[in-house]
Amino acid sequence: MKSRLWAALAAGVTASLLIGCATTPTTTKTADSTPSKPADNKPLPTGLDPDTASGFPSTYKPLPSRPTAIVGGTVLTGDGKQIDNGVVVLVDGKVAAVGGPDTPLPAGVQIIDAKGRWVTPGVIDAHSHLGVYPSPSVSSRSDGNELTDPTTPYVWAENSVWPADPGFDRARAGGVTTLQILPGSGNLIGGRSVTLRNVPSITMQGMKFPGAPYGVKMACGENPKRVYGSRGRGPSTAMGNVYGYKKAWIDAADYRRKWDDYRAKVAKGDKADAPKRDLGLDTLADVLRGKILIQNHCYRADEMATMIDISKEFGFHISMFHHASEAYKIGDLLKENDICIATWADWAGFKMESYDGIEANAALTWKSGACVVIHSDDPIITQHLNQEAGIAMAAGRRIGLDIKDADAIAWITLNPAKAMGIADQTGSLTVGKRADVVIWSADPFSIYAVADQVYIDGGLAFDRKDKRFQPKSDFELGQPSEGAFIP
Amino acid sequence: MRKFLFAAAAALLIAGPAAAETVAIVNARIETVGKAGSIPSGTLVIKDGRIAAVGADVKVPEGARIVDAQGGVVTPGLISPSTNLTVTEVDLIKETRDDGSGTQLSAGFDISYGINPASALIPLARQGGVTRVVVTPTLTGGGDGEDQEEGGSADAGLLQGGGGGGKGDPRLFAGQAAIVSLDASDTDPLVKARVAVALDLGQAGAANAGGSRGASLVLVRAALQDARDFNNNRAAYDRGATRDFGLSRVDLEALVPVVQGRIPLLIRVHRASDIRQALKLASDEKIKIIIEGAEEGWLVAADLAAAGVPVIIDTEADLPDQFETLGSRLDNAARLQAAGVLVVIAGSRDFNNLRQARFNAGMSVPYGMTWQQALAAVTLNPAKAWGMADRVGSLEVGKEADVVIWSGDPLDTQSWPTAVFIGGTQQPMTSRAQQLRDRYAKPDNGYPVQYR
Repeated sequence: MKSRLWAALAAGVTASLLIGCATTPTTTKTADSTPSKPADNKPLPTGLDPDTASGFPSTYKPLPSRPTAIVGGTVLTGDGKQIDNGVVVLVDGKVAAVGGPDTPLPAGVQIIDAKGRWVTPGVIDAHSHLGVYPSPSVSSRSDGNELTDPTTPYVWAENSVWPADPGFDRARAGGVTTLQILPGSGNLIGGRSVTLRNVPSITMQGMKFPGAPYGVKMACGENPKRVYGSRGRGPSTAMGNVYGYKKAWIDAADYRRKWDDYRAKVAKGDKADAPKRDLGLDTLADVLRGKILIQNHCYRADEMATMIDISKEFGFHISMFHHASEAYKIGDLLKENDICIATWADWAGFKMESYDGIEANAALTWKSGACVVIHSDDPIITQHLNQEAGIAMAAGRRIGLDIKDADAIAWITLNPAKAMGIADQTGSLTVGKRADVVIWSADPFSIYAVADQVYIDGGLAFDRKDKRFQPKSDFELGQPSEGAFIP
Repeated sequence: MRKFLFAAAAALLIAGPAAAETVAIVNARIETVGKAGSIPSGTLVIKDGRIAAVGADVKVPEGARIVDAQGGVVTPGLISPSTNLTVTEVDLIKETRDDGSGTQLSAGFDISYGINPASALIPLARQGGVTRVVVTPTLTGGGDGEDQEEGGSADAGLLQGGGGGGKGDPRLFAGQAAIVSLDASDTDPLVKARVAVALDLGQAGAANAGGSRGASLVLVRAALQDARDFNNNRAAYDRGATRDFGLSRVDLEALVPVVQGRIPLLIRVHRASDIRQALKLASDEKIKIIIEGAEEGWLVAADLAAAGVPVIIDTEADLPDQFETLGSRLDNAARLQAAGVLVVIAGSRDFNNLRQARFNAGMSVPYGMTWQQALAAVTLNPAKAWGMADRVGSLEVGKEADVVIWSGDPLDTQSWPTAVFIGGTQQPMTSRAQQLRDRYAKPDNGYPVQYR
């Protein structure tokens, strides 16, 4: 996944500019738009150049931290290793060392005793609607599905996020340090996702993951055709869905060509008239350029195969199929095409397209070598992704698959990071990565495990034993439980 | 085809009238959830469909079939306290749903007529150790409003079309519940029909009553009074000589056993003040109630205990996801238990996640329930709440042999049932989901999987 993303980057954009697209929209120069020689063309007026307005800048600031060594715990690194009696050192918000009991500790480091406990990377929920469908669930805060047109690539989940959603606090207490917030699945193309650090913040910008690429939500199957079919318009069938996707990608390819032609002319110093900017097509064109990742809600094996063919026809890559209840039927196809799947442990059968869902879905797909993610799509399940992964792992062990704890932890750490394009920054306990770490009271796959301490960028973001590190949303002050959901 | 396979599998596994067979489960840690407590290593004997002996030093009777639990854990069968299993196949396919009263009936709706023992979901529940369920109706038949749908509020919002109540006139009561056995060998698994009348109070009750809480409770109280008057003046009613009643004869008839205190009202309610109203209703009307939901139950735990009202709760519910659940806490179960309330732990109302109940029980342990209390909350306590503790819910001599053998800790993620007995009959351990799994787990042999 990462290699594909980087290949795409090499094709025209630099890594720093990709990061810039999320964090520093005021950086207007790009490789494409920088003229190679003086030209008459003036810079486009403010707001008319797609490259100058790629989202609001992140104002995220890590929590204060001090050098910390977590010692004596069972460490699952996220990238396949288990270290008993391990040491994890966090310095300046980064993982500074990971190893066995002999790992040298920097002078003056704070030591946390994790004896009898387990240490993992922070949990990443690749499918969340926190903030866009917050608690309390009331119609005036129902901001996740822009159901006014089946194709709405022009909306951005980040503009719907309510940062005070008490669900963020619950998720953090469940070890979740990073979330991908997606638009809903009512539309064929539902809009951009946003990746958030799970820290309390007054603004969305204060949570926005610096440098994380955007995703685009697409949806197969029953939801779009039910929503629009019931309104007497298209799509109302599966074939209507596919028409809708294709039409959107044709428009995107055409739009991209116009801009690329324009940029080429500008680069040569030729006189050129810029195309009119289109917010939806900006997003889709950036998918075609490999800068934005496709996050595709899709249950059925045959529909996933159809989406893969569409992606090949139009030259983009699907980063991950979400829900993917029938992934176990097409593990090889998914592996061949380097597509992750995100699914639940055992939620199935509630609609026809999930009727063939089975508990061993994740395990069988893992066996075929494809990238597996356990996701939540739910404000309760997001608090228990460790146990969801445990249930999914047990379904595999039950049929004799040798799934190790060190493998299954990747389903909620490194693999979602890959599918979200942030594996270079988080998802495993690797030296140099962000120090997103959870200390669990027990084997994290056990039903009895709870997150004792959660570190985000090395800062203590939650401590089960210390009320000072149990932040509460403004919304919950003065309410019956005062935001205290644990003893 | 599937039915044929199932029948064949069942015949292979349980040849003949298996319930008459004598079985001795040996080499087991037995969690009786009864007076004998936990037996670290013991034997349990099943004879004539009942538990004939249980203990550390029990002798295996002559001729008994021996089942070696291989050091696993033996528990009573799990009881789902409120579900749509057996009356719903696919949530979003209306034609497969028989759990809602529809537009014609209120309390009179009888869910027991829709029970389908051939549901493909029953084997799935059984494989999760569930042996008996209480099938409870909802007013809309559209789920309980807490369905996760795609697991997420995104789609829940979609599916409910932006919220709003049901269609048609207020009908108040959701209808009558039934107790159903999951015994595969039984073509008529209904244990008991009309065991309760279900009712929403709080937000949903207000919506059902076409107004606010004040409307809902006034109408409910009036309906109970009508049922009394109807029952006391049947002859006059038949002559048309009574005042008009708000509900139809069928609905009033269904409420008679409620006002007589013979069956409970199952009240779905969440906010502390609404729970107090439910308790007041029960005390004023001298009726029995069971409360389901009770996210803010911990705030009124002492009142619930004093009234002897059982509560059915979801231990994962910790979100202020409605204005009536702002006080949701993860230690709700433990606080209720400590106050002396009979705590029943539910999984999801939906069939497909009934297995969640045992995990929900496990999750209550870090929040203050003891392991034994948690196990009781999915076995003996639901049996007590639903008036069947004399027959099932614990492993005690004389009780019906609903027994599960687990590979390990029944409340933890890495264990599963290895054998399930219902009424002494060993159950087939297969399901549609398992057949799908096994079909695709096999290596490719060049032919399409449909040949497997």
